[in-house]
Amino acid sequence: MSDVKNIEYPFVSEKMRELKVGDMVKVSGRIFTGRDRLHKYLSEGGKLSVGLENGAIYHCGPIVVRKDGEWSVRAAGPTTSIREEPYMADIICKHGLRVIIGKGGMGADTAKACAKHGCVYLQATGGAGVLIARNIEKVVGVTMLKEFGPAEAVWELEVRDLSAVVAIDSKGRNLHKRVKAASKRMLKQLRC
Amino acid sequence: MKKKAYWEKNLFELIRRTSTDLPQDVESVIRRSLKAEKKGTRAHHTLGAILENAELARVKDAPLCQDTGALLFEFRVPAGFDTNALVAVTRTAVSRATRHGYLRQNTIDSLSGASYETNVAHGSPVFHFHQGARKTVDVRLVMKGGGCENVGAQYSLPDVDLKAGRDLEGVRLCILDAVWKAQGNGCAPGVLGVCIGGDRATAYKASKEQFLRKLSDKSRVKQLARLESRIMRDVKRMEIGPMGLGGKTTLLAVKIDSLSRVPASMFVTVSFICWAFRRRGMVLGTEGGLKRWLY
Repeated sequence: MSDVKNIEYPFVSEKMRELKVGDMVKVSGRIFTGRDRLHKYLSEGGKLSVGLENGAIYHCGPIVVRKDGEWSVRAAGPTTSIREEPYMADIICKHGLRVIIGKGGMGADTAKACAKHGCVYLQATGGAGVLIARNIEKVVGVTMLKEFGPAEAVWELEVRDLSAVVAIDSKGRNLHKRVKAASKRMLKQLRC
Repeated sequence: MKKKAYWEKNLFELIRRTSTDLPQDVESVIRRSLKAEKKGTRAHHTLGAILENAELARVKDAPLCQDTGALLFEFRVPAGFDTNALVAVTRTAVSRATRHGYLRQNTIDSLSGASYETNVAHGSPVFHFHQGARKTVDVRLVMKGGGCENVGAQYSLPDVDLKAGRDLEGVRLCILDAVWKAQGNGCAPGVLGVCIGGDRATAYKASKEQFLRKLSDKSRVKQLARLESRIMRDVKRMEIGPMGLGGKTTLLAVKIDSLSRVPASMFVTVSFICWAFRRRGMVLGTEGGLKRWLY
């Protein structure tokens, strides 16, 4: 495992192209949460009041509570990314996303879009909701709260040093795909 | 039921503790797994983050995972006990735990897509009751996240594609296939609950009941205990690892049970639960007083 690399918003493609699959990274700056509802909405041509250009989408449905008029995030781990595979490539292309954060890996279409547009897919630790909430310095705002509900809404977050692993790099190399292929070979042996 | 507030207070505490405090039997297996992974690897890093998260959730009194899951309540009550009253107080406790941020607003209307504010809806929380000759009310809660629920699988033997026949070897092939297909998507390392036999519905139920077993126990049926160990050994060699990023630790435990079946059907039903294995229980007197904690 190599040294930790820091990336910060705006996530321009030249910088993203320096990252290699397997790299440990720390993400800082502005990111947006977005999951099933948002991906379907955007792919159907839905509009957002916030821009995603050179931005990051975090596959996450946080627990956010309102305290003294301010939002605060109690837990915010990643959700399974593969559910967004049908929409992801299109959204990367049309909205200029450069970072996707999630868990469990994504498929060939996303990898292709990452290669084409200089985008990366990062894996955060699934279930580590409190640990990641600690990296959220501020809830900047929220859109689509009423339409999508709190778990599916688009939360704009200011994060500091959110740890993740590059699971798809901008050459389209895919870490989960490698693990899946290697485990398939072992599975064949285990069948005997 | 008298003293409703008393019942509600204890059930609220059960939810709070389940959501924020990873059980010791689970945590100790993760700790052991960390030692088995090489320092500096992604697997070691991920397991380290998981343990740090568990500790932090406890200290901060916060849900250890934002997906507070389906709420599966399992009650064992004395014969004739008023289970309708238990349902009512549990629902109230769930609403309150949601308002206090121990549960995410995690319940969605399947037709409209709208989110319920309290997690109380048709089908949520989930209740199971067993009546028996007993003097206490035992309640167990499992909070099961959606990621691991999605990778559950049911096979009907014989399975032509897997070349899996109606024997324990066929069962093994189904389980390994389910693990391979799941990769890291169920938030590995997790636990498998397996049921051999039954019908489609009772088998899923029985597979999830395996999650009530402590991780350290072995099946009392010798053949099943052997199969449990065999699956652990096999899966370790697949090196899917924590979160599917590679490594030795893909499973924390395997629990297998069997139900009788009809001659025409033989199902193998596999349920996964993620490392954020939130399972707690309490023994209550019939007046709702806490006697002791389970797990």
